[in-house]
Amino acid sequence: MAIFRMSPPFLAGTNRVTIQMLQVIFAMIPAIAAMVYFFGPAVLINISLALTVALLAEAILLKLRKRPVKPFITDGSAAVTAILLAVAIPPLSPWWLTVTGVLFAIVFAKHLYGGLGYNPFNPAMVGYVLLLVSFPLEMTTWLPVESLADKPLDLHSAFQLIFYGQTNAGWVADTVSGATPLDTMKTQIGQSIAPAYIVNQNLFGSLGGLGWEWINIWFAAGGIYLLYRRVISWHVPIAMIATMFVLSGVTYLFAPEITGSPLFHLMSGGTMIGAFFIATDPVSGSTTVKGRLVFGAGVGALTYIIRVWGGYPDGIAFAVLLMNMLAPLIDYYTQPKVYGATK
Amino acid sequence: MLTAVIALTLLALILGLLLGFASIKFKVEGDPIVDQIDKILPQTQCGQCSFAGCRPYAEAIAAGEVDINRCPPGGESTIQALADLLDVEPKPLDEECGVEKPKMLAVIDEQRCIGCTLCIQACPVDAILGAAKHMHTVIADECTGCELCLEPCPVDCIDMVEMTPNPNTWRWPDPSHVQLERGERV
Amino acid sequence: MTKTLGFFPGGLKLPGHKKRSTQTPIRKTPLAKRLTLPLQQHIGSAAIPIVEVGDKVLKGQQIARADGHVSVCLHAPSSGTIIAIEDHPIPHPSGLTAPCITIETDGEDNWVERHPVKDYRSLSTHEIRQIVRDAGIVGLGGAGFPSFIKLNPGVHHTVETLLLNGAECEPYISCDDMLMRERADGIIDGIEIMQYALRAREVILAIEDNKPQAISAMELALASRPHLQNTRLVVVPTRYPTGGEKQLIQVVTGKEVPSDGLPIDLGIVSHNMGTAYAVGRAIHHGEPLISRIVTVTGKDVPHAGNFETLFGTPISELLTYAETKREPDEAFILGGPMMGFSLSGDNLPVTKTANCILAGVDDVAPAQEPLPCIRCGDCASACPASLLPQQLYWHSRAKDFDQTRDYNLFDCIECGCCDYVCPSKIPLVSYFRFAKTEIMNQERERKKSDLARDRFETRQARLEREQREKEERQRQRKAALAASKAKKEQQEKAAETADADNKETE
Ligand code: SF4
Ligand code: SF4
Ligand code: SF4
Ligand code: SF4
Repeated sequence: MAIFRMSPPFLAGTNRVTIQMLQVIFAMIPAIAAMVYFFGPAVLINISLALTVALLAEAILLKLRKRPVKPFITDGSAAVTAILLAVAIPPLSPWWLTVTGVLFAIVFAKHLYGGLGYNPFNPAMVGYVLLLVSFPLEMTTWLPVESLADKPLDLHSAFQLIFYGQTNAGWVADTVSGATPLDTMKTQIGQSIAPAYIVNQNLFGSLGGLGWEWINIWFAAGGIYLLYRRVISWHVPIAMIATMFVLSGVTYLFAPEITGSPLFHLMSGGTMIGAFFIATDPVSGSTTVKGRLVFGAGVGALTYIIRVWGGYPDGIAFAVLLMNMLAPLIDYYTQPKVYGATK
Repeated sequence: MLTAVIALTLLALILGLLLGFASIKFKVEGDPIVDQIDKILPQTQCGQCSFAGCRPYAEAIAAGEVDINRCPPGGESTIQALADLLDVEPKPLDEECGVEKPKMLAVIDEQRCIGCTLCIQACPVDAILGAAKHMHTVIADECTGCELCLEPCPVDCIDMVEMTPNPNTWRWPDPSHVQLERGERV
Repeated sequence: MTKTLGFFPGGLKLPGHKKRSTQTPIRKTPLAKRLTLPLQQHIGSAAIPIVEVGDKVLKGQQIARADGHVSVCLHAPSSGTIIAIEDHPIPHPSGLTAPCITIETDGEDNWVERHPVKDYRSLSTHEIRQIVRDAGIVGLGGAGFPSFIKLNPGVHHTVETLLLNGAECEPYISCDDMLMRERADGIIDGIEIMQYALRAREVILAIEDNKPQAISAMELALASRPHLQNTRLVVVPTRYPTGGEKQLIQVVTGKEVPSDGLPIDLGIVSHNMGTAYAVGRAIHHGEPLISRIVTVTGKDVPHAGNFETLFGTPISELLTYAETKREPDEAFILGGPMMGFSLSGDNLPVTKTANCILAGVDDVAPAQEPLPCIRCGDCASACPASLLPQQLYWHSRAKDFDQTRDYNLFDCIECGCCDYVCPSKIPLVSYFRFAKTEIMNQERERKKSDLARDRFETRQARLEREQREKEERQRQRKAALAASKAKKEQQEKAAETADADNKETE
């Protein structure tokens, strides 16, 4: 005795949206741990805050839109959006920054377009770009990695900084924050300091930004796990990383005064989280195999261009959104050759 | 900020150009508009639209003289198709003309038929066979179900029957309508 | 054993569940009291009955003849009396009825006189095709296309390869497997005849590697016939849907059947193993196709197995014979779990295309509300036809049928791979079937309305002509009238003048 659906196939695989999303979250854990190690427990506070807001917003919107709440809230997509956004925001940002970003992502970028599966843009990146454009200062001042800070921040003072803007000891967020390595690279190149010299400062590690290199490595490791579990396909990340590598390599060869090394670019900022976790969002990306190569390459190229010539230190978010716009066009022109097609 | 705005504008421009180019390049050379409208109409030739057949109605639509919601046999789907073709808002079917019904077929009760040939004269598609004083019969494949033959028959021997679905013309149901009922017990 | 040349994209590794039904030899289903035979059990036009209610028939006697070119005959599976020729429920997803002949069996099972052929080489290929057609043989793999048509290469084609499809890739089904294990010689008899009829240069038997016993049985049978030339067995990897005709051709030859073409365009003709066996029986024993092997299996069938079953036997009796745990009228699946359809009703007969009856699936697809498509593309990577099911789904759902055709909807073989892997559990195949039948219906209606337009216009033209002719006649009549009037007047005038003249002259 079993329940049958109306028409074949009567067998079903074990692939489920929820499981895929949980895998994505699972794969981010090591990198998040690395972030906690370098930036302190504030990261965790941000993530919990973003998760709570995202899930609440999702539930309320589903109710308002008269959709079944349970299957959609358990699909995990809102949680993934929340975490991606939370790790992209500077750890000691005031609470309202996180809340605004998450709400914008869930309400406008996702549900106003029709919810899961219908959003043409990556919700987390829409939220991020909104914050970046509206609050440029808050969004670009990152905590220096713990080893650079005078004193590590404990959970309690991080909490106070996020929610009250200062600690009992009278610190305000500004005094403990500083620019990211990518940002430093950009400003100092602007001041005609040679990149080879810039990276000798103690903000930089042996590969990329100090601390950032480890975060990138762990995101890449998580990404490889996702590849192994076939949650994502290799096309987007590989195309994106390869394009960035080639572009920065060529520029580094011919104009070393304007760019960091290829390795620096791969190991700094949001490169790896972008390649494996953001650009691979299936809904807003390209859906054909060739299209995914084009999509990934586009994100890689745009990111690099924005980093070097654009107005912002990192360009993942803009690059992803721009390519989201192009995705339908890419899909249209990259249809696979159908069995037996004679053309 | 500025770069982003410029980039977006540029991109939008390029996309617009591309699309414009594509629409010129891949433009389909169409039939004259009357033919296109006529193709959409169901060709029942029933005259419920108050025109003497589908073609005259098509001509009137093309000339912009009448609304697109006057064809009951075509029903909602025809109105939708016309609205798409002419790029206007679809409207509900004009009740004055009639209501949408399932497809029907005329059947002549051959026992009662007196062979008066009146129905033959009424049928717009010559779907009735027979000679004077001989019983008549409807060619099922050619009858459009327009009901024009009912009225003239002096002995009321013509009936409209619903077309029975057979396994070869059966259609799978639309899954988006049956989703909730999905899951028979086995 | 030769290496395969090709590979098809996508596809699935599915749990086979075949052991359940291959533990016992093929059994014969007992004779049913009543046999109900739909007139259409094949692709093409329905057969036309040549018997009447009340007639006594013998086993193997023809009871309906082929109608037109794409059609085959129908035979009485056992001796008895025709008790009805009327509409009866048939095993079709629609649950509709169709014309059937019902025979009440007399239990004697008396054969009609059979005409075995001693040496098939004495027959012309045309004669062989006639026999195959008169024996009512259709493709037993599932579709039911009349086999004699595929034994005719036509004038323009020479047949390079005769491909025997023994892949049987769908889970649970094992009727070809068991047939190959137990009746390998019979199958090869049929293959020989087919090769002769098609004048095929080579013969390839393709079997999936999960049927080692069938492979060795066939190898043994092949080895015992050294005169068979250019005949080889290819073991293909087990992957769903290798058994699809196009996929198997791709695996075995590396070639793709063109979208708008047939395998014969590549010089390939493919037949099912069961069909080959039926051809052998028809020629060597003079037996028409009156039974087939049906796999009865599933979680609820403790005595699962393969059953040689006469056509027309009620499926419910077969299920009972296999000791299925089921309520009366409980639904079951006809065909495999990937491409079959669910049926309910105890009155449905076994037909020529019924390869498997499945009661209770192990990892059954839950009936649940699907989530929206997240465009993950998993479906596209599983699709053996390299389609984009996500786009097809999008447009089918929006009833944007022109778009679905642009995305090659009609190249979809309805294998269900996309559906199986979809993480949102969208019933993709249901959408594709829906869109296909809708499009075919539109096509039919368009044809019909074109016809109506033509007839209307012809009639209109005729009426106009008649009108014109009438007017013309009227005009002529008027003219004639006027002319004669004028003449009369003239005459009168003339007379008058004459009179006047006369008067004058007087
Ligand atoms: S109502 Fe429709 S079907 Fe009837 S004549 Fe007018 S257009 Fe034709
Ligand atoms: S037979 Fe009657 S209903 Fe059918 S087309 Fe002719 S007039 Fe119309
Ligand atoms: S597998 Fe399902 S969710 Fe994924 S793209 Fe295909 S239809 Fe959409
Ligand atoms: S059912 Fe059709 S679309 Fe889906 S995988 Fe099979 S061939 Fe491709």
